[in-house]
Amino acid sequence: MFRTALRNVLAHKGRLLMTMLAVMLGTAFVAGTLVFTDTMGQALRTQNSKSYADIAVTVSDSEAVGRGYDHGGRTAAGPTLTEDTRRKLVTLPGAADVRGVVSGFAGIADHKGALIGNGFSTTGTNYVPGADGTDPRYPLVAGRGPKDAGEIALDTRTAEKGGFKVGDTVRVAVNGPVMQLKLTGTLHTNDPRVTAGGSLAAFDTATAQQLYLSPGRFAELDVRAAPGTDDTALLAAVRQALPQGDNLKAKTGRELADEQDRMIAQGTRILSTFLMGFAAIALFVGVFIIANTFSMLVAQRTRELALLRAVGATRRQITRSVKVEAALVGLTASVAGLLAGIGIALGLKALLNGPMDANLPDGPLVIAPTTVLAAIAVGVLVTLVAAWLPARRASRIAPVAAMSSSEQPATQKSLRLRNTVGLLFSLAGAAALAAGASGKEVKLVGLGAGALLIGVFVLTPLLSRPLIALFAPLLRAVYGTPGKLARENAVRNPRRTAATASALTIGVTLITSLTVVGASVNKAVDDSTSSDLKADYTVAMQNFSDLSPEVAAQIAKAPGVSAMSTERSVPVTIDRGQDRGRGAGDGENEFLTAVDAATIDQLATVRIREGSADALEQGKLLVSSGRSEQARYKVGDVLAVTYPDGSKGSLTVGGVLEANTALAPVLAPEAVVGPHAQPGSGLEKVLVKGTNGATEQLKQALRDATGGNPLIAVKGEKDIKAESRQAVTNILNMMYGLLGMSVVIAVLGVVNTMAMSVFERRREIGMLRAIGLDRLGIRRMVRLESLLIALFGGLVGVGLGILVAWAGVRTLADDLKGITTVVPPLQIVCFLLAAAVIGLLAALWPAHRAAKLDILDAIRSE
Amino acid sequence: MSFPATAVRTGLAAARATGLNKVYGEGETRVVALDNVSVTFPQGEFTAIMGPSGSGKSTLMHCMAGLDTVSSGSTTIGDTELVGLKDKQLTQLRRDHIGFIFQAFNLLPTLTALENITLPMDIAGRKADQAWLDRVVDTVGLSGRLGHRPSQLSGGQQQRVACARALAGKPDIIFADEPTGNLDSRSGAEILSFLRNSVRELGQTVVMVTHDPVAASYADRVVFLADGRIVDELHAPTADTVLDRMRRFDAKGRTS
Ligand SMILES: Nc1ncnc2c1ncn2[C@@H]1O[C@H](COP(=O)(O)OP(=O)(O)O)[C@@H](O)[C@H]1O
Ligand SMILES: [Mg+2]
Repeated sequence: MFRTALRNVLAHKGRLLMTMLAVMLGTAFVAGTLVFTDTMGQALRTQNSKSYADIAVTVSDSEAVGRGYDHGGRTAAGPTLTEDTRRKLVTLPGAADVRGVVSGFAGIADHKGALIGNGFSTTGTNYVPGADGTDPRYPLVAGRGPKDAGEIALDTRTAEKGGFKVGDTVRVAVNGPVMQLKLTGTLHTNDPRVTAGGSLAAFDTATAQQLYLSPGRFAELDVRAAPGTDDTALLAAVRQALPQGDNLKAKTGRELADEQDRMIAQGTRILSTFLMGFAAIALFVGVFIIANTFSMLVAQRTRELALLRAVGATRRQITRSVKVEAALVGLTASVAGLLAGIGIALGLKALLNGPMDANLPDGPLVIAPTTVLAAIAVGVLVTLVAAWLPARRASRIAPVAAMSSSEQPATQKSLRLRNTVGLLFSLAGAAALAAGASGKEVKLVGLGAGALLIGVFVLTPLLSRPLIALFAPLLRAVYGTPGKLARENAVRNPRRTAATASALTIGVTLITSLTVVGASVNKAVDDSTSSDLKADYTVAMQNFSDLSPEVAAQIAKAPGVSAMSTERSVPVTIDRGQDRGRGAGDGENEFLTAVDAATIDQLATVRIREGSADALEQGKLLVSSGRSEQARYKVGDVLAVTYPDGSKGSLTVGGVLEANTALAPVLAPEAVVGPHAQPGSGLEKVLVKGTNGATEQLKQALRDATGGNPLIAVKGEKDIKAESRQAVTNILNMMYGLLGMSVVIAVLGVVNTMAMSVFERRREIGMLRAIGLDRLGIRRMVRLESLLIALFGGLVGVGLGILVAWAGVRTLADDLKGITTVVPPLQIVCFLLAAAVIGLLAALWPAHRAAKLDILDAIRSE
Repeated sequence: MSFPATAVRTGLAAARATGLNKVYGEGETRVVALDNVSVTFPQGEFTAIMGPSGSGKSTLMHCMAGLDTVSSGSTTIGDTELVGLKDKQLTQLRRDHIGFIFQAFNLLPTLTALENITLPMDIAGRKADQAWLDRVVDTVGLSGRLGHRPSQLSGGQQQRVACARALAGKPDIIFADEPTGNLDSRSGAEILSFLRNSVRELGQTVVMVTHDPVAASYADRVVFLADGRIVDELHAPTADTVLDRMRRFDAKGRTS
C-alpha cells in the first residue's frame, strides 16, 4: 500500500502542487514564527548577559528610579544612595569599583524642534568615565564623553537621525526648560529601549543628578567585583553596608540578568503566541484546500479504487493508502515549509532591521529541534486530519463502481444531515453572539462567532446555489453562454465550491470584522472627542509622565489663552470605615484629579447625571458614572480622605457625571485638594481654551511658552482624532499583513479547484470547442466560474464579518462611550472587489490551460 | 465566408477533400494517417466512412471538419477552403456550418436537453428557428424530455439530444464519429434512422464514421478506407454488400 501511495503522489504531483504549497505556507508560518522568536530571544539574552557582565552586585533606589522617569518632585522619602554610600561600597572587601548611575527620560529635538525617536524610549543617563576616561557601558564612536553642564553625548543613531556632528549644539529637554548643549561625542549602546527606536543622551554625573534627582544622589549603584570574589558574599556585604529602607534593593548581577532573561522569554512567548494564532488561521484555511484536493483525487480515481476493491483490497487498505498518500504530501510539504520558514525568519529580520529600522541585535539563527519537530508534526497532522473524510469516502466506494463510468454523487441524505448540523451550529452561534453582544461578554461573542463560522461553513454548499444565482442575470446579459456555463459549473459541485469559497471566507470575515470594529472605534473617538472636549488644546508629556510644575504658569502667561485648567493627579486614601466590612483605618486608594472649578466647564462638557453642576465650586467632588458604580460613590457621600501630605480631611460627593472621555473619573477642586498635594508633582495635563479658538498661532504660542520642549505635546481636537486613527490604522495594517498568508493560501485553493475542474472537464471543454466556443469563450467560462466562487466566498465573509464586528462593538460599549457599528461602505466594496480580482487572478493559469487544450485530445482522452 | 442558406439537392459538394495528407510524428514514430485522399461529400447525401481500426477514418473526419490541421492538400466546406484559416475562423465555421455527433460526451451535464440542443446557437448569439427546432425535436422524439438533464436520460436519449443539437442549426454538413458505438442495437437503429430521415426528409448532409456494416447500410454511399487511402466506394449499400466488400479487403490485406 505504501508503494501504491508513493506512486500516486508521484503520478499526481502536478495536481498535488497547490495542496503542497498550501501546507508549505502554513508550516512555513509556524516554523518562521518559532525560528524568528527563538533567534530574537537568544540574541536579546546574549546582549543582556553582556550588559550585566561586569556587574557583580547592583543596588537600586526604586523611589529614585521612578522619579527619574515619572515625577518631577524634589523631596526625598527614605534613605538615598549618595556619593558617601558609593565610597562606602568601594571599600568593601572584594569590591573593585562602584559606578553610580542616574537615569530618566531625555527628549532630543531635531532641527525642526520635533522629538527624535518615540516618546517612551527617550533615555537620559550619566556618563561615568572609568580609569581610561571612557564609560565601558557606552563605547565611544566619535569625540569624547561629556564633562560639564554644557555638554552632552548621544547614541550614534540619534545623532545621525538628527543630523548632529560632534561640536554641534543639541536641544535637549528633560522635565523643565529646553537646554542647549554641545555635542561632545557619539556613543554605541545595546540598551534595548534605545535600539528599539528610542534615544540615549548622556550627561556628566553632576548634571544628570541635578536633572533627575538631586545633587550627589544616585538611582543605582553597580558594584564591580575584584577577580575571584564570590558574588553572594559580596551581596551580603553590600546589604550590610546599605542604609535601611524599603526603597533600596540589592541584587547580584546574575539575578538581574536572570530577571531580564525571564522578561525577554515572556516577551518572545507573547509574540510567538500572537503570531501562532495567525499561523493557526492559515493552517485552518489550508485544511479546506487539502480536504478539497483529496476529495477530488478520490473522485477522479473512483474507478481505479473500485478496481482495487474488486480484486480484493480491503476497505482499510484503501483508507490507509489515501492516508499514507496524505502523510507523504504533508511530510514533503512541511519539510519545504520548514526551510521556507527559516527563510521567512531571516527575511523578517532583514526587513525589520532594514526598512523598518527596528535595530534588532545580531545573533546566530536558532533552529531548535522542537521547531523542526513542531513544523513537521503540524504539517503532517493537518494534512492527515484534512484527508480523513476523503479517505473514508474512498473506502466506501463499492467494487461495482469499477464498471460504471459516472462519479458517485453525494447522497441526498448526507447533504440533509450536513445542512441540519450546519443550521444547528449557525443558530447556536448566532444566539451566543447575540447574548454575548447584549451581555457585553467578549468570550461569549468569541465562542458564538466561532460556532457561527463553523455552522456557516457547513451550510456553504446549501448557500452556494441561491447566492451564486444572484449573479446569474448579470452574467448572462454581459457574457452570454460562457457566463451561463460558468454559473452552472460553479454550482454543479456544491461541496467543492463551498470548500474553495470557505477558505477565502475565513480571511475576508476576519479582515471585515477588524475593519468594521476599527471604523466604529474611529467614529466613537471622533464623536466623543468632539462632544466631550471643549478645550482647543491639551498640553501633556509625550510619554505620559508628569509635566514640570512651571508649565502651568507658563501656559497661563501665553498670548491668546482665554481659559485654562490643570489636571493634577492627587493620590489619596479613603477610609470608608465599616461601610465595606473592613476595619477602620484600612483605607482604599483613590486618585483625585484636581481641576480648576471655575473654568473646567469651559474646557470639557460637564454633563451632570445626578447632583449639582456647581459641586466643584462648592468644594465637592464630581464622579463619573462608571466610577460611581464601580466604587459605590453616591451623591451626598462624605468621604474621609488622607492626603499625600499626611493631613486628613473630608470630601463630599457633589454629583455624578455622564461618561466623558476628556475628564478623569474623580474630579476635585484644585483650590481644596491642591494645598495638600505633593508640591510640583502629578501635573498630567493642561487644558487650554483660546480667545480665537484652535488656531495655529495659539498652538505655536503654547509650544513657545513651554520652551519648545520636544517631549511636551500640544494637541488639538484634530490631533487627538488623527492620533487615534493612526493607532487604529497601524493595528489594522499589522493584522491585514498577518492575515495575508491566509488569503494567499485561499487563493492557492481557488487555483487548485479551477485547475482540477479544468482537468476533469477536459472532454466537455473539447466538445464545446468542437461545436463552436472559441478560446476566449473557454477562458471566460473558467475565469467567470472562479470569479463567482471567490465572490461567493467574499460575500459570505463580508456578511459574517459585519455580524461578528457588530457583536464585538457591542462589547466595547462600556469602554468607548457611544460606540455604534460603523460599516465603511468603500472598504467593504473594496474587499468584494479584491475577492473578485483574486478570483480572476487565480483563474489565469487554469483558464489558459483550458483554452489551450487540444480539442482532439480532449475528445479522445479516456 | 458565404454559404448557401439552404442546402439544395443540386449535386454540389457540401465538403470536399483534395490530395489530403496527414502525417503524425517524425522519423521512427512517423505515421501516415491519410495518404493523398480525395473525396467529395455531395449535398443532401448520407455518406458512411468505413474501414478497419487505425485506417484513418476519424482523422479524415477531423481534418475535414476543421478540428485538426492537414499536412498537405486542400479541404473545403461549401466553398470555403479550410487550410490556412485561423483558429477563430475555424471555430466560427464549426459553430455556424457544421454539426457534430461524437461517440460519447456530447452533452454538458449542467444544461438541460433543450439548452444542449440550442447551445451552438446560444454561443453564436443567434435565435433558433422555432419551427425548425420543433420539427427537429419532434423527429428525434424528445418533446417530453426537453427539461431533463443528461444524467436523467438514457444513453440512447442522450445521443438523440446530440443528433438534435447537430441538426438544430441547419448546418451545411453533419459529421458523426461512431455515433452508435456506445449504444445497444435498438437505440443505435433509432439514431441511424434519424440520421437517414434528416437527410431524406430534412435535406441535411451527413457524413458518418462507423465500423459496423449494419450502420453503414443506412447510408446512401459507403467510402472504404484502408491504411489512409480510399480503396473503394459502394452506392445504395446493404449490410450484406458492405460485409462482403470488407471481407474482400481483409483477404487482400492478408495476401498482399
Ligand atoms: N495524435 C496522434 N498522434 C500519432 N498518431 C496518431 C494520432 N491520431 C491518430 N494517429 C494514428 O493515425 C492512424 C489513423 O488513426 P484514426 O484516424 O484514429 O483511425 P480510425 O479512426 O480509422 O481507427 C492510426 O495509425 C493512429 O495510430
Ligand atoms: Mg476512430
